Amino acid sequence: MSVPVRKFDAVIVGAGGAGLRAAIQLSEAGLRTAVISKVFPTRSHTVAAQGGVAASLGNSEEDHWHWHMYDTVKGSDWLGDQDAIEFMCRKANEVVIELEHYGMPFDRLDSGKIYQRPFGGHMSNFGEKPVRRSCAAADRTGHAMLHAMYQRNVKANTQFFIEWMALDLIRDEEGDVVGVTAMEMETGEVFVFHAKAVLFATGGAGRIYYSSTNAFINTGDGVGMAARAGIPLEDMEFWQFHPTGVAGAGVLITEGVRGEGGILRNASGERFMERYAPNAKDLASRDVVSRAMVTEINEGRGCGPNKDHVMLDITHLDPATIMKRLPGIREIGIQFAGVDAIKEPLPVVPTCHYQMGGIPTNYNGEVVVPKDGSPSVPVKGFYAAGECACASVHGANRLGTNSLLDLLVFGKSSGESMVEFIKAQPAAHKPLPANAADFSLSRINRLDNQKSGAAVGATRLAMQRTMQAHCGVFRFKDMLAEGVSKILEIEKMAAVTEIQDKSKVFNTARLEALELDNLIEVAKATIVSANARTESRGAHVRDDATDTPERPDGRDDVNWLKHTLWHREGNKLEYKPVNMKPLTVDTIALKKRAY
Amino acid sequence: MDEAANDQTVNMGRLRWHCRRGLLELDLVLQRVIDRGLLEELSEQQRAELFELLHYDDITLLAIVSGRAECEEPRLKGMVDLLRSV
Repeated sequence: MSVPVRKFDAVIVGAGGAGLRAAIQLSEAGLRTAVISKVFPTRSHTVAAQGGVAASLGNSEEDHWHWHMYDTVKGSDWLGDQDAIEFMCRKANEVVIELEHYGMPFDRLDSGKIYQRPFGGHMSNFGEKPVRRSCAAADRTGHAMLHAMYQRNVKANTQFFIEWMALDLIRDEEGDVVGVTAMEMETGEVFVFHAKAVLFATGGAGRIYYSSTNAFINTGDGVGMAARAGIPLEDMEFWQFHPTGVAGAGVLITEGVRGEGGILRNASGERFMERYAPNAKDLASRDVVSRAMVTEINEGRGCGPNKDHVMLDITHLDPATIMKRLPGIREIGIQFAGVDAIKEPLPVVPTCHYQMGGIPTNYNGEVVVPKDGSPSVPVKGFYAAGECACASVHGANRLGTNSLLDLLVFGKSSGESMVEFIKAQPAAHKPLPANAADFSLSRINRLDNQKSGAAVGATRLAMQRTMQAHCGVFRFKDMLAEGVSKILEIEKMAAVTEIQDKSKVFNTARLEALELDNLIEVAKATIVSANARTESRGAHVRDDATDTPERPDGRDDVNWLKHTLWHREGNKLEYKPVNMKPLTVDTIALKKRAY
Repeated sequence: MDEAANDQTVNMGRLRWHCRRGLLELDLVLQRVIDRGLLEELSEQQRAELFELLHYDDITLLAIVSGRAECEEPRLKGMVDLLRSV
C-alpha cells in the first residue's frame, strides 16, 4: 500500500532541548529540516529541568573544564567514555554563551556575567571542594531554554510537524537510514518522511516504572523504534532514582523535608533508618536511604494495601514550621497524595528520574553499532542526542545539570555532523525501500483488527509494577531473574493489545497502544541487562555485589568495566569496551567513587 | 488564543491529547479530569475554554492550577476552578 511521502534533507524526531538545538544547526545551514513532535515543542519534558546547565565559565570563582571532566568521570563511576566526556565539558562554555545570544534569560551577577551556583558533585581542583558551575534561569531553566531555541528555529524556517507521532525507522537494504514513518494525529494518516539523515531526540522512557518523575509523554519512542530497527541499546540497566517521590504519583518530595526533621516509617510505624544508619538516620545519603526503603518493602514491612511504599512523617513538627519552611510540601501532599502532611504521614517510594543508557552514539552524535569486529561503526544517516542517546557521558550515574549540557552539546554536534554528511551526499535522496511503510501499517492494522486482546492500560501497569518491584533502585539477584520472566510474559500481552476505539481522529487509545510498543522494548532491555550485570556500579546496585576490599562498593572493574549492548533479537547481550582515552589529556584513572 | 476561543467544536480526542504536558504534576491533574469523565460533561463552550486554558505554557498553567497565580483571562475562571477542584 502506498502512503504519502514528504521529502526533507533532515528529519528530527523530538522537539525537546536536543532536537531543537540540532534543528538550529541544520536550518541555519540552509537545509530543509523537519521536526516531528507528539506535543508542542515548549511542552516537551525539558520544561521540567530546574537545576541549570553546567559550564566551567568561572564567573564567580576559578573553574576549569578539566575539573568538570573529572567530576563527570567520577560521577559516572568510570563507565562514561572519557573522549565524549572531555568533548562535552570543553564545549560547555561555547554552547552556553550561544544560548545566551539566542536570548536565554540567565540569572546574572552585578557585573552582568552569568550567575552560577553550586550543585551536587561539581567540585573544583579535581574533587577538592564545591564549585559554582551551574548556570540557571531561576527555577525554570529548561522552560526558558525551550522558548529561546524554539524562537530561533522559527526564525531559521525549521518546519514543525506538531502532534505527529513517529512510528518506525526506515532502513534500506544496506542498513542505511533513509527516513521515518509518522502518523498525523489529526487524521490518523501514516506518512513517510524521506530524508538524507534522521536524528532521534525523543527523550527518556521513565514511564517504564510505576513511580516516575517523568511526564506521561516520556515513553521511549526513539529507543523503541531503534530497537525494532535492529539497533542495539547501550547500558540500559542504569537509571537514576530519587528516594522520595509521592507513591503512586511520582512527584518529588525534596530532601529538605528530612533535613527539617521528617522521619521515614514502615508499616508498624518504626523509624527504620535507625537500623540502617544509626548515626545519620533519615539524613543518610540518597542511595543508603533508597536501599533501606526498598529492603523494608521487599521484606513485607511496606505500607498500604499492596505494601509497596513507606511513610514520610512530619506530623511531629510544629505546623507553623511546616507552613514556613515547607509550604510546597503541604501543597504536594494534598494535591497528589490526598494527605495533609501536618496531620498524616506522606506515602513515598524511590522514584525513577533519568535514563543514563540509550541509543549508542559517539560524541559526534552518530549512532554506532558493532560491525565486522569493530565495536562502534556509524550507521549511515542515523543520529541520536539527549536522554534517548548514550554518548556515553553519564555512564552509570549522571551528575545534576549535566543533562541540559548533554542535550545542548550533543544536539549541536549531531546537527553539525548531519550538515556535513548531507552536504557530502548526491543531490538526489537514496531511494526508499519499496516496503518503506509496510511495517508501520501492519502494526496499525494489527491494532485495528485485534480481537480478544489485552487492555493497554492494564498491560502498561503490569509492566510498570514489575519493573518497580524487580528492577528498581536496589536490585536483588532472585527478583531480577524472576522479573525477566515476568517482563517476557508481559511482552506477549503487549503484542496483542486491543483497543475499542478504532476511529482515526486524535485516537488517544491508539497512540497509547503505540507508545506501549516502545515502552516494552525499553523494559526488556533494562531488566535483561540488569540481570546480567553481576556487579554494583553507580545507579545499578545489587544485593549480591557488596562492598569488599577487592571490589569497593561492589564494583568489579576486572569483569565489568564495559558497556552493555542489548539486542532485541533474542534478547542477546554483548559488550564493548569503555573508552578510557580522552581526546587530549591523560586518562582519569580508576579509583573508588567516594564523596 | 482567539482562534481557540472561537472554535466551538473542539474535538474530544484533541482536547484529551492536549492534556499531555511536559510537567508530571499537570499530567496527574488533567488525567483525573479524564478518568472521572469530566471532559464528557463539559458543554462545547466549556471545552473551547479548557482548550484555550491548555494553551498556557506548563510553568504558568501549573502556577494557576496550584493557586499560586491567577489566570489573566477571567472568562476562563470556570475551567480554572475545575482543575483546582479535582
